[in-house]
Amino acid sequence: MTTSAETMTQDHALASEWGGGRSPFGFNWPKLMMWLFLLQDTLTFAALLTGYWMLRIATVDWPPQYEIFDLYLVAFMTFVLICSSATMAVAVAASARGHRRLSGRFLWLTVLGGVTFLGLQAYEWTHFIAEGARLATNPWGVPLFSASFFVITGFHGAHVLAGVIYLLITIARQAAGRIKPESVEIAGLYWHFVDLVWVFIFTIKYLL
Amino acid sequence: MGSGEGHHTQTTDVAGHQASAPEHAGTAHGGYRVYWVTWGWLLLITLLEVGVVFVPMPRWMLTLLLVILAGMKAGLIIAFFMHVRMERISFIYTVLVPMVLGVILFFALIPDGLHTLQMR
Repeated sequence: MTTSAETMTQDHALASEWGGGRSPFGFNWPKLMMWLFLLQDTLTFAALLTGYWMLRIATVDWPPQYEIFDLYLVAFMTFVLICSSATMAVAVAASARGHRRLSGRFLWLTVLGGVTFLGLQAYEWTHFIAEGARLATNPWGVPLFSASFFVITGFHGAHVLAGVIYLLITIARQAAGRIKPESVEIAGLYWHFVDLVWVFIFTIKYLL
Repeated sequence: MGSGEGHHTQTTDVAGHQASAPEHAGTAHGGYRVYWVTWGWLLLITLLEVGVVFVPMPRWMLTLLLVILAGMKAGLIIAFFMHVRMERISFIYTVLVPMVLGVILFFALIPDGLHTLQMR
């Protein structure tokens, strides 16, 4: 027993973007799930960097970072990661345009960038550890200096490693024709996020 | 393979909304130009970031400059590499509004840090 006014309101609601039966954001759920994951991961990294930032403010004699870290090495690592993000963007676009082989080649370049980054980070860590840095102690007097370094860069490095594995799986599945371009795009979102986080780690952890 | 088709559907989905024209402009220039231009800007800003560290200036000014430069890089990556520029406005808000939490978190702990510093 609905009046015509009620029916009209109902029709109006159902006809809206959120009325059901269509996707309000204009894309499918896997991409939305990746975005939700990235949002929560952003807040995780934000918590880590905020914790580090607070430590820096509250510590009187923070070690001279510019003398301890090789800024040129880290700048080169940043360069490598930015390049891999660009090749990933091209791979996603190529996949969307149906150029699967071109997409595959650029995905391999992206993997190369990721592996290079990990290698350089392993070198940096080895160097740092050889100088006496440990998770809980280091020769520069502030224990949290090395702790924050290992936790933040380690957490990011783990993301890069996971990304490399994710990309290798994507390459294999795309070559076999088992995934749609949308899946490559979702892998791309993850990879760009890893680059995005590094922008802030590079700025807050190394440059400031 | 419905690969090309999938992309097409998405473009028409967004077509009614803002900012789908620049992508077509990019396509006209060989297809991938927009990504290489973004890449160039990201490298340029990174060079600036490293360079700015060696310029003598007050600490607060360096911090401010670096935060602005990092924000510019983040914007470029999110808008062009992650294609957020191409998404619907409702989605853009869905992504950006939670980021306010991150910014609040970042500044909320500064007084506490300063207090700890004074206690030492």
